[in-house]
This record gives sequence, structure tokens and C-alpha cells, in this order.
Amino acid sequence: MSRLHVVSGKGGTGKTTVAAALALALATDGRRTLLVEVEGRQGIAQLFETGALPYEERKIASAPGGGEVHALAIDPEFALLDYLHMFYKMGSAGRALKKLGAIDFATTIAPGLRDVLLTGKACEAVRRKGKDGRFVYDFVVMDAPPTGRITRFLNVNHEVAGLARTGPIHNQAQAVMRVLKSPETAVHMVTLLEEMPVQETADGIGELRADGLPTGAVIVNMVRPAILDHAAVEAAAQGQRAAVAKALSQAGLGGARRGGLAERLVDPLLEQAREHAERVALERAQRAELTGLGLPLYELELLTDGVDLAGLYRLAADLRKQWPM
Amino acid sequence: MSMDMAPRLDTDALLADPETRIVVCCGSGGVGKTTTAAALGVRAAERGRKAVVLTIDPARRLAQSMGIDALDNVPRRVEGIDGSAGGELHAMMLDMKRTFDEFVEAHADPERARAILANPFYQSLSAGFAGTQEYMAMEKLGQLRARDEWDLIIVDTPPSRSALDFLDAPKRLGSFLDGKFIKVLMAPAKVGGRAGMKFLNVGVSMMTGTVSKVLGGQLMRDVQTFAAAMDTMFGGFRTRAEATYRLLQAPGTAFLVVAAPERDALREAAYFVERLAADRMPLAGLVLNRVHGSGAAQLSAERALAAAETLSLGLAEASVAPTADDPENDDPENDGPGNDDPESDGPENLVEGGIVDPGSGNAQGQNASAADDPPAADAPSDPDGSPTSAERLAVDLLRLHAERMQVLAREQRTHHRFTTLHPEVPVAEVAALPGDVHDLSGLRAIGERLAEQTEQQQATPTPAVG
Repeated sequence: MSRLHVVSGKGGTGKTTVAAALALALATDGRRTLLVEVEGRQGIAQLFETGALPYEERKIASAPGGGEVHALAIDPEFALLDYLHMFYKMGSAGRALKKLGAIDFATTIAPGLRDVLLTGKACEAVRRKGKDGRFVYDFVVMDAPPTGRITRFLNVNHEVAGLARTGPIHNQAQAVMRVLKSPETAVHMVTLLEEMPVQETADGIGELRADGLPTGAVIVNMVRPAILDHAAVEAAAQGQRAAVAKALSQAGLGGARRGGLAERLVDPLLEQAREHAERVALERAQRAELTGLGLPLYELELLTDGVDLAGLYRLAADLRKQWPM
Repeated sequence: MSMDMAPRLDTDALLADPETRIVVCCGSGGVGKTTTAAALGVRAAERGRKAVVLTIDPARRLAQSMGIDALDNVPRRVEGIDGSAGGELHAMMLDMKRTFDEFVEAHADPERARAILANPFYQSLSAGFAGTQEYMAMEKLGQLRARDEWDLIIVDTPPSRSALDFLDAPKRLGSFLDGKFIKVLMAPAKVGGRAGMKFLNVGVSMMTGTVSKVLGGQLMRDVQTFAAAMDTMFGGFRTRAEATYRLLQAPGTAFLVVAAPERDALREAAYFVERLAADRMPLAGLVLNRVHGSGAAQLSAERALAAAETLSLGLAEASVAPTADDPENDDPENDGPGNDDPESDGPENLVEGGIVDPGSGNAQGQNASAADDPPAADAPSDPDGSPTSAERLAVDLLRLHAERMQVLAREQRTHHRFTTLHPEVPVAEVAALPGDVHDLSGLRAIGERLAEQTEQQQATPTPAVG
């Protein structure tokens, strides 16, 4: 099983939630996982209902069976200073560089450098070993940039190649690339059963494959149960309105005769059922599309009350049931 | 929703106002920003404006339906728009690299432009710099505005990872390009090699040495060459960036923050609202997409679920002894053809007796519905016959309704949280469509929903059941 799990997905699909649930699921039964975010949104802190994460690895949750989830918000500026310190022993020089605007240049403007720093930090955590010679983290889960940018983000080598053909940045990019392209890494896509996210997922997977990056699973998020299909709804609308009104009436929802409360509920309820059936049909088509991608497909149900901490554990348990870990 | 005191955003009035020259749609990814921008464009054009929509990354099918799937960085007239009010719609998809290239070509002499375009650092910068897309969208907006060919420009913004990127891009690129650091980098190239270093203090020269060590000598040289070649354009960049920034602050501009009624999207929207206020950008309001409604909102989720449970219990009993106490139910195939008027009053009268006491009226109600329904219609979905099938259906309808009401409640809670924080921001709600929008009629429908929401919000709720 891969040790670096990169989670991407179109905006609004819940990739941060899924990344967090995956980190929890992987930590189950005594494992240690590190959950990292790279976009400075503090989405992890919000999910785990804690204050903003500093640039520091800290435990944010316990997983069932004695596992631990640690979290880190990777900040490119700190990552660069870290890097300078680690490789060049340049602690104080960092501050001077910052004053000059060089850090700003490297982390926000120089193309690709920012990404090398972010992915580089994640890869460092993957490879880090403790004094006992064992990996410090069993797994690293990354809440990565959205589908539209993921291939470019991970393909740091390509981004940097035209820019730094030799030198330390080049070498760092090479080292990062070796991890990212190895079976140690898996890139997962989060999607909804809607047209645009599914299309982006298919496009994104195509791009990852074209660039030789390892694809993992597709996680369908916020799946709602299919209760009625078109045939049932239309049959009902054709000939069962009065009977449905009666059934509603029996259930204590008012009178079933014309103009009665139960009778007046029938039309709006059928209308909702029609919309539901239309969605069910669209979802079926999207699911078929996803199945065609040839990757494992896992589904997470919609939490109707929104995702709180308890919901996150439920999603983690759900993932664990489906995902061979 | 009626519980919120937020003023309503009247998008039709905004689009109709000749003073409105620029509408900027911003918000986090996945909230329907591009669709909103396109729908506003269609609506404005069909109500007489000569509008152009600048989109960043439209879904393929939407782009195709508007005829802008070819990336040529030039606005194209959109076919199929109703021009009877005298309006037109043009649309274009932004090609950021091309916009950057054009900028260079327009601001440097041909030889210098060639040198810049061929520079590896420039090539990466123009294609990949995190803020390039944002900056170039603003640059293109400035260009379109300067051409004065349209009386309304609607801009979709890139799906920035944060609100800051979009507003900061002009400043950031500008400050980088004529900042201290690049001057230091340029120094040797400008005055011809290391000799130039003597003008800088030792600290700075050590610093460039360090930077060179980290970046690598070759990259360093590329940046230097690039900076030297761009030198004459720096002033241009800064001026343009500042002009665009002022254009955004001008009275003819209206910002629309787009969101979906979800926690994260609205949190981002609130952040945007605050940021726009801090930068004194004119905010017109919030467009809240994909809001769910219900024609049966008077029936609460709890009551719907309780009713579904009551019916399920009845069904469970019926399935234990389906015919014992209900002999008339035995042959449902028999009673259909003769009774082709499902609205007939007879059976309803029976039920009237039944609901006086729902408990004891249960069996009576079943009899009545058996007599009432043409079984042909439900035969495919339930071979058991109509009474239980109608009840099962009712259970499903009630469960679907409960689910819908839970969604509604959640959406109202998140919406309410937003309006509590920002009561002054006008809001327009757009009712959710079951599927994706990818043609003009879909965009038209969104535009209508945007306009209609005023009436919907004003509608008095029907009295509650029970």
C-alpha cells in the first residue's frame, strides 16, 4: 500500500473532508498518519474544530484502536526557510532574504518553486525515520490543490526543468519527483455524482496518467440514496394521486378530499419526487462514467447535518469498510 | 428566506442600469461562478445591453454552447441570443499566456519583445505563476473596457485558492517587477557583470550570492536577462496594475460574490465581502446558487418522518396478514377499468369517515383506495395491487420530503449565519436545478430564477399542517 496519499478533486466536492477521513481511516489500529494541507486555507483546523494550525506537526486526533492523526499546514515561506536551514545552515540569512523580497519571490512568484517546496516538505515527512530506524509516519495524506491544477502541481520536475536545469533546486525537484512517481504515492480524486466534477475527474486522471503519475482511487462524496425512479413517480402521477392522498391522510396529515391538506400535499410531493428521479437518472449516468475510468470506486454518503467531528469519524469508518487498507 | 432580514439583491435592476459597466463575479471554486456570469450575460443582452462575458475556465459543454471553445483570446458574438431588445452578447475565454504575450508585444520594441518571449523564465512565469491568471484577467478587463465597444462587461474570476489572490495579483506582480529584489538581481546584468556589484553594499552582494547558490547559476542568469529585458516595461506594469485597481473601485463597477448555501462556500463569501470592503471595492451583493425550496414547506421533516413511520407500521402489519381483515383487497385487477375517474368524490367520502379517527380508519381507507385507483398505472412498479403500493409510495414521498426539508433547514442555517455577520449585503437566491447547465436555455432559466427570487421570497407561507 502507498504511503503518500494525495487527495485532489474539483472545488466544492469536499476533498479536505475526504482527506481528513482518509487520514483517520489509515490511522486506525495503532498507525500514525500526518495530514498536510498546502493551500493555506486552514481547512483542517476547521474540520477538527481546533485553532489555526501553525507550521508545526501536532497531533489533532486519535483514531480508533490507538492510532494518531497529526496535522501540518505547510507554508511555503517556512518550508523555504526550513530548507535553507537544513541544507545550507542559513538561519539568519533567511531573515535578510525575506527583507529583500527574495523569499516572496521564491514562494509566490518564481513559477514552480513554490510547488517544489510544498511537495518537498510532504516527501520529507514520508521518508523521515526516527531513531529506531522506523518511519515516523506510517502514512502521509495531502489535501492537495484542485483537479485542474493537480498534475501541474505534482509534476514539479517538468515545471522546474525548463527553469533550473542544474543546481540545488533542480536536484531537489528530481528527488521529489522520484517519490511522487513511485508506487509509494497514490493520487486520489474526490468527486460528486454531477456532470462537471465527473468530467474534471476523468480529465484529471487522463492528465495524471499521461504524465506517469500514480493514480489511486476515485471517491464519490455526498452520495444520496436513490429512493424513487422515473417509472414509479410517473405511475404515481398518472393514477395514484387520490390513493396517495388517502395514505397521507391515514398517516394523520389532514383531509384527502379535494382541497384537503393531505390532497394539497400530493402535487408538491410528486414534484419533489420528479426532481429526485431526474437526479437519480443523471447520477446513474455519472456513476457509469466513473466506473469506466478503471480505478477503485468508493462511496461516501451525504451527511445531511453537515460534517462535524462525529461525522468525520463516521466517514472514516465508511472508508475503512470499503478500502483495502 | 423570509426569516432573514437581508435586503434583496435585484440583479435585473443592476443589469438594466446604464451606469453599470462592469460586473465582477467572484467566489470560491465549485459554486457556479462561471454559470452565473454567463447567465447574467444572457439576461443583460436579451434585455437590451451590449454585453461581453469574460470567462476563465468554463466547462467544456458550456463553452461549446456559447461558441467560445476555441481559445483565441478574442470576444466572439454568441449566436442564439434574442436581440429584439437591441442587445448583443459576446463572450471570450481567457488565454492567460496569450494575454501576457500581447502585453509584452504592445509595450516593448519588436527586438526586445522577441528576447522576452524566448526567455525560459518568462515562459514559466507567463504560464505558471500562481497570480498570472488573476493578473491577466484584470489586464484583459482593462483592455476590453478601453475598447469601449460594450456597455457592459461581465467578468468571471479564476478559482483562486483564496480571495486574496485575485485582488492582490496586480499589486503583487507590479511590486515584484519593480521591487528591490529584482533590482538587485538585475544589477550585474545591467552594468555588465560583477563590476556592478561594487555599487551595492557587501551584505547585498553576499545575498545575491546566496540566492544564486539556492536558485542555481543558470536560473539566476535567466531571471537577470529577463529582468533587464523587461526593465522598460516595469513602469507600464505598475501603471496598468494601478489603473485596473482603480477601475475596480470606480462607481460603474459592481462586485457580485457568488456562493452556494454550504458552510465552506459561505465562509469564503463572508471573507470576500470583508476583503472587498477593506479595499473599498463596490459590492452589489451575494448570489446564492443552488438553493433548495419545497412546495410543501408547511410539512416539517419531523412530521413527514413520523407520518412515514405510521404508514410503514401499517404496511408491516398488512404484509403479515395481507388478506385476513381486508377481503375486498384480494383482486385489485378487477376494479380498475370501470373506474376511470380518479378524482371521483365517492371514495373520498369514505376516507373522510376514515380520518376522523386515523387509527380505526386505516382499513376503511385501504378499501377506498382499492376502489379508487386504476391499477394499470401502478402494475409495473407494484404487482401487489394499489392500496399498499400507494402507501409505499406515500412513505417514499414523505421520506424524500423529510430529506428535502433537512437540506432546506441546513441551508437556511448557513445562510442565516452569513446574514447575521453581514446584514447589509443584499442577497439573491437562485433555486437549484436538478441537472447541470450547458446551453443557452439553461442559462436563460438561471437568469429567470435570479430575477424571480424576489417574488419567491415575498410569497406568504401556507399555513402549517396540524
